[in-house]
Amino acid sequence: MELLPNIIFSVILIIALGFFVINIKRLRRNINFGKGQTETIDDSPQRWKNMIRIALGQSKMARRPIAGILHIIVYLGFIIINIELIEIIIDGIFGTHRMFSSIGVLYGILIGLFEIFAILVLIAVLIFWTRRNLSRIKRFYETKMMGWPKLDADLILYFEIVLMSLFLLMNATDVEFQNMNNGNLISGLIYPFFEGFSSETLHILERSFWWSHIVGILIFLNYLYYSKHLHIILAFPNTFYGSLENSGKLNNIKSVTNEVNIMMGKTSESDTLDDINFGASDVKDLSWLQLLNAYSCTECGRCTSSCPANITGKKLSPRKIMMDVRDRIEEVGRNIDKNGWFKDDNKKLLGDYISKEELWACTSCNACVEECPISINPLSIIMDMRRHLIMEESSAPNELNNMMNNIENNGAPWPFNQQDRLNWNE
Amino acid sequence: MSRLKIKTIEDFQNDGTSPETLFWIGCAGSFDDRAKRITKAFVRILNSANISFGVLGKDESCTGDPAKRAGNEFLFQMQAMTNIETLNSFDIKTIVTTCPHCFNTIKNEYPSLGGNYDVYHHTQFINKLLEEGRFSIKGGTYKGKKITYHDPCFLGRANKEYSAPRNLIKKLDAELSELKRCKSKALCCGAGGAQMFKESEKGKTEINIERAKEIKENTSKIVATGCPFCNTMLTDGTKSFEENKKVEVLDIAELIVKAKDL
Ligand code: SF4
Ligand code: SF4
Repeated sequence: MELLPNIIFSVILIIALGFFVINIKRLRRNINFGKGQTETIDDSPQRWKNMIRIALGQSKMARRPIAGILHIIVYLGFIIINIELIEIIIDGIFGTHRMFSSIGVLYGILIGLFEIFAILVLIAVLIFWTRRNLSRIKRFYETKMMGWPKLDADLILYFEIVLMSLFLLMNATDVEFQNMNNGNLISGLIYPFFEGFSSETLHILERSFWWSHIVGILIFLNYLYYSKHLHIILAFPNTFYGSLENSGKLNNIKSVTNEVNIMMGKTSESDTLDDINFGASDVKDLSWLQLLNAYSCTECGRCTSSCPANITGKKLSPRKIMMDVRDRIEEVGRNIDKNGWFKDDNKKLLGDYISKEELWACTSCNACVEECPISINPLSIIMDMRRHLIMEESSAPNELNNMMNNIENNGAPWPFNQQDRLNWNE
Repeated sequence: MSRLKIKTIEDFQNDGTSPETLFWIGCAGSFDDRAKRITKAFVRILNSANISFGVLGKDESCTGDPAKRAGNEFLFQMQAMTNIETLNSFDIKTIVTTCPHCFNTIKNEYPSLGGNYDVYHHTQFINKLLEEGRFSIKGGTYKGKKITYHDPCFLGRANKEYSAPRNLIKKLDAELSELKRCKSKALCCGAGGAQMFKESEKGKTEINIERAKEIKENTSKIVATGCPFCNTMLTDGTKSFEENKKVEVLDIAELIVKAKDL
């Protein structure tokens, strides 16, 4: 009977990790559904540097100082406090109690640090909640943000509040730990509130907090897949694979190069065997990197709040583009889960999620790309969808057709004669 | 106005020589009345520094940028390959241009199609001349005056060039007064991504009007920029300013020409 808690703990742990692995596999499968062209990804050391600087070092967050500093606190707290998980899991499996406390002073320093971070995170998260719900910052209130995205954002904050509180309470009700007086910096201040409690009651409380804390963490772990909070994992690969080139460079489609070479008589060989799609109308036409981008998006809205089209009231919102892509690939994923393969559902990213009006409003200014704290590129998706509109559907606004006709016929976007190119010097 | 001294690459070839650089004029610089003045200003600078430069004349054609950003990759690559063939046949090594869109396209998108050149925006080129001691800028005209600068997206964010134009403004002894959104946070003028050639989508306001509001808050009477399209958009956006708020939108090359009375 004594082993029962250990067994229960191990079973819960295995189930939680099992679900997590299943979700990660589904994520991989969905991301690989993207068949579009990516630039060759070299293994430049710069990639590691970018990942360490942008994801781990949060270098871009400081562009908005208040949110940036708060985010860094929560993030550091999250990482540091999770070191404590190692002990919790060992204790859980082997039925020990504070396995590492024997290391003495160092243990006190660590736990003390965890406790300080726990309280800092609590404060930061409360400010986040206030910012989001009371001061109604504009970028949190786009139509696309209503419903689940809003609930998701709040749930994450509630999760953090509950987990941090449980961590401190679990320490505060641990009589043995309090008597050690080693590292109970914050919980030592809470302890007096439990003064009148009998030692049994305290023990029961401590156990309940301990169990709730670890079960809460495991639930949170499995919540990630369904949440924008997935970015705590995906920010890493996403910044690693982020473009190393000038953001002004838009990829040249290779299959087009081949066709143009044939047209110009440079080659007669067609090396594109399968029927090719130019541009993207649905998630399968996007690249795995663009889909990874969509799953990584934190829905922070930094892109949208700096988008000139959005600022001036156009429908385009780069954040919405990313959220639409994720919603659509999730829909495709559920379709595959159900049927074993993708059964045509007569829906498309273009039209059912993203409208032409949104796509044509983009000025390709790169503000969204520049602002994104984790190297997401909404512009590349917008461009690929425009490519589909023009090259597959021939549906461009009329003025653009005129502009393109001019380029084709006289080498300038306006109807001037190429022979007159030096007339400016008359 | 009298004609400026220019030579085409063909002229150079006929003389059996080759110029130090090609000046890629671009469609706006060739055909748009406002942008032509920028072309001329830069030619005056090149001539006063005794730079041997050539132009392509009737052999120049659109880089394909507006087609590419509208989504017409076919047309873009047709244009790109034709231009690359021309450039390579003249054995061009160095290109300078007054248009950030041409600059971006030739610099970033031509190499993988076989066009590899040393590409400069004219503000970078002028800085290079200053460094090499081949050209100098005198303050005088603008001493102590406030000038603000609008970052073109395709020079700034797209190619991370924020300092070359600013350095030139400082050389004019002017006081550079930044707009609220500047450098990597600069607001677009609204022309990029082929928007220049179409009506904008329905919205509360136009992008150039939004940018003009910011220009008005800044009290400079001169708005410097380095892009013919930004120039047009901002000139339009600011033209409704009341008489005492009027601003002049000028390319950095034009500021230098005025200061030196070239
Ligand atoms: S590139 Fe397009 S979507 Fe991105 S900020 Fe600029 S206008 Fe908006
Ligand atoms: S794309 Fe980047 S900036 Fe935009 S909402 Fe997502 S994470 Fe934020």
